[in-house]
Amino acid sequence: MPVMSYIQAVTRALKEEMERDEKVFVLGEDVGVRGGVFRATDGLYDQFGEARVLDTPLAESAIAGVGIGAAMYGMRPVAEMQFVDFILPAVNQILSEAAKIRYRSNNDWTCPITIRAPYGGGVHGALYHSQSLESIFANQPGLKIVMPSTPYDVKGLLKSAIRDEDPVLFFEHKRAYRLIKGEVPTDDYTLPIGKADVKREGTDITVITYGLCVHFALQAAEKLEAEGISTHVLDLRTVYPLDQQGIIEAASKTGKVLLITEDNKEGSIIGQVSAIIAENCLFDLDAPIKRLAGPEVPSMPYAPTLEKEFMLNPDKVERAIRELAEF
Amino acid sequence: MANSVRRASVTKNRHKELGLSDDQVMDIYRTMLLARKFDERLWLLNRSGKIPFVISCQGQEAAQVGAAFALNREKDYVLPYYRDLGVVLAFGMTPQELMLSNFAKAEDPNSGGRQMPGHFGQKKNRIVTGSSPVTTQVPHAVGIALAGKMEKKDFVSLVTFGEGSSNQGDFHEGANFAGVQKLPVIFMVENNQYAISVPVSKQLACEKVSDRAQGYGMPGVTVDGNDPLAVYQAVKQAADRARNGDGPSLVETVSYRLTPHSSDDDDRSYRTKEEVETAKEKDSLKSFSTYLRELNLLTEEIEGKYKEEIMKVINDATDYAEKAAYADPKTLFDHVYAE
Repeated sequence: MPVMSYIQAVTRALKEEMERDEKVFVLGEDVGVRGGVFRATDGLYDQFGEARVLDTPLAESAIAGVGIGAAMYGMRPVAEMQFVDFILPAVNQILSEAAKIRYRSNNDWTCPITIRAPYGGGVHGALYHSQSLESIFANQPGLKIVMPSTPYDVKGLLKSAIRDEDPVLFFEHKRAYRLIKGEVPTDDYTLPIGKADVKREGTDITVITYGLCVHFALQAAEKLEAEGISTHVLDLRTVYPLDQQGIIEAASKTGKVLLITEDNKEGSIIGQVSAIIAENCLFDLDAPIKRLAGPEVPSMPYAPTLEKEFMLNPDKVERAIRELAEF
Repeated sequence: MANSVRRASVTKNRHKELGLSDDQVMDIYRTMLLARKFDERLWLLNRSGKIPFVISCQGQEAAQVGAAFALNREKDYVLPYYRDLGVVLAFGMTPQELMLSNFAKAEDPNSGGRQMPGHFGQKKNRIVTGSSPVTTQVPHAVGIALAGKMEKKDFVSLVTFGEGSSNQGDFHEGANFAGVQKLPVIFMVENNQYAISVPVSKQLACEKVSDRAQGYGMPGVTVDGNDPLAVYQAVKQAADRARNGDGPSLVETVSYRLTPHSSDDDDRSYRTKEEVETAKEKDSLKSFSTYLRELNLLTEEIEGKYKEEIMKVINDATDYAEKAAYADPKTLFDHVYAE
C-alpha cells in the first residue's frame, strides 16, 4: 500500500473523483495553473483542463455562490477557500443558501457542493492564516463539516463529501499537509460522513478530538502506555453533525474523558461533545469532563514564542491525560 | 370605436419589428393583468386578516413579463427576486400554486409553506429557489450559466434584483465572474426607485445602475420599465448575445414601486402621495392597454373577457388555497438532509 502525505491524499481524491464523474470540477483562487498555494490541486489543470480546474477572481462569496449555482444545476463543484480565515465573506452563501436550499424548497432543489479549506496553526501563519473556524458553521442543520486527521481518512472522506447529496465543508489541517503521512489504498473507497473513528483502543482515559490534535493524543498515549496509563482515542472526523453514539460509547468505556480542540474553548465543538456526554453518561463518569483547548485570545500571533504558547502539542496533551488519570 | 380607429393611423406598430406577433403581445398584456389582479387580491386577503404578509409586484409587471417573454421559457433559467410575480407566472407557475404559497399551505410548490410568499422556486419550470438576504441569487445565476457552458447547453440564465441590491458584494462579485468567463447570464435590475425607504439618490454614486456594467466587461442599458416592448427588446438582445457566446449583459428597467415595500410598511412616512399619484399616471397597465387599443388589438370586450377569466382563476385559486391543508407538524424534520 503506498504511503502518502495528507495533502497528497487530498489531490489523489480530487483526481480520482474527477476521473470517475465528469460533473466534478474544482474552482478557487490559484487552483489552476499554479495547482493551489499549498499544491492541493497539483496536476489537475494539466490533466483536466481549465474548464474543470477553474481559476476564479479573488472573491470568496462568488467562489461559494457560483459553486452553489452549479450544484443546484446538477454539477459536483469542489470550491477551494485558500485559507479558512478567508471564508468569512462567503458565510452568507454557506449558511443562508447552501445549507438551506433543500429544506426551503421542500426537497425540490438540492446543493451537493463541497467547500475545502485549510485551517489550523503552527505554520507561522499569524492571526489570519492559523484559525480554526469550524464552530461558526457547527450549529447549522443542513450542513456537514468534515475534519480528517490522516491521509487514509482524507481520501475516503473527501470522496464521500464530493458524492454527498448535501453541502459539505471539508477542513484540512494545513500543518498536517506535509507532516502527516500514512498508507492510502489505491482502490476506490469511501468512508462514512457522520461516523467517528477509534484511533487507539484504551481502558483508562478517553480522549476525544479531531484534526491534528489526534496525532498529539496518539503520541501522548504512546508515551503514557509505558507508565501504565491506557488511553482510548476517538477521532470525531465529522464535527457536525456529531456522532453521538460514538461519543457516548467512547466516554462510557473509561469514565474519564479529555476533550481537545485547537480552537479556543468557549463556544467550540468540544463544548457540544461535553454536553452530549453530560446528558448521556452521568453514571458512567469517574471524573469531571476535562477540556484542553486554545487560549481565549482573538487569534494566533506571529512571533514564535507566542505561537508556541498558543498551540497545543503532545506535552500539553500528556499533562492533561496524566492529571485526569490521577483524579 | 371611431376614436380608436382614428388613432390607430398614427400609432406605430412597435412589436412587429421586434418579431412579436399580435397574439404574443396580447399574451404579454394578459399576463401583466393577471399579475396585477393577483397582487391586488393579496392585499385584500392581507387587510382582511387572511394572509399575514404581502410583497408586491405592482409597477414592475411590464419589466417582469416583457423580460420573461424574451427568453426561451422551455429551457432558460430564471432566478427571480421577491417582487417577480410576473416572471414566475410567465415561466409557468400557476395562480393556484402561488396562492398556496401565500396561504403557506403544504401543496405550495415553492417551499411547501416553509418560506414567506415571494420566495419563488420550482425546479420543473427552472425557477431557482431564493432566500431573503438580497442578491445571493446573483452568483447562483452565474454558476448555473457556468454549468450550462461546461455541459455545452444553449440556455441562458436571467437573474433579477432591485437597484438597492446592486450595491451588494454578491452583485459585483457575480457580475465580474460572469464577465471574466463570458457566461450566458442576463443581469436585470428592476429599478423601482426605492430600497424600502431609501431613494435611489442615496443608493447610487453613479447616475444609472447600468453604468456599473462597464466595470465588468459587459454592455449595460437602461430602458423604460413601464414599456414591456422596450424591456423585451433589451432582454432579447442580451439573450441572443449570451447564446452566441458573447457573454453577459446588464439591463436596467426603470419604473416605480406603486405600493409600500410590503404589507408591513407605511410609505407615507418617506414619500408624498403626489409622487405616487404622478407615478401611477405612467402605470404600464394603462399605457400598454392604450397601445393595444390604438392598434385595435384590445377592445372593451376583450379586456372585459380577460378580466372575467382572470377573476375566476383568482377566485378559484383563493378558494382552493384557503381550504388546502397546512403541512403536518411532523414534517418539520423532513428534508434537512437527503433521505
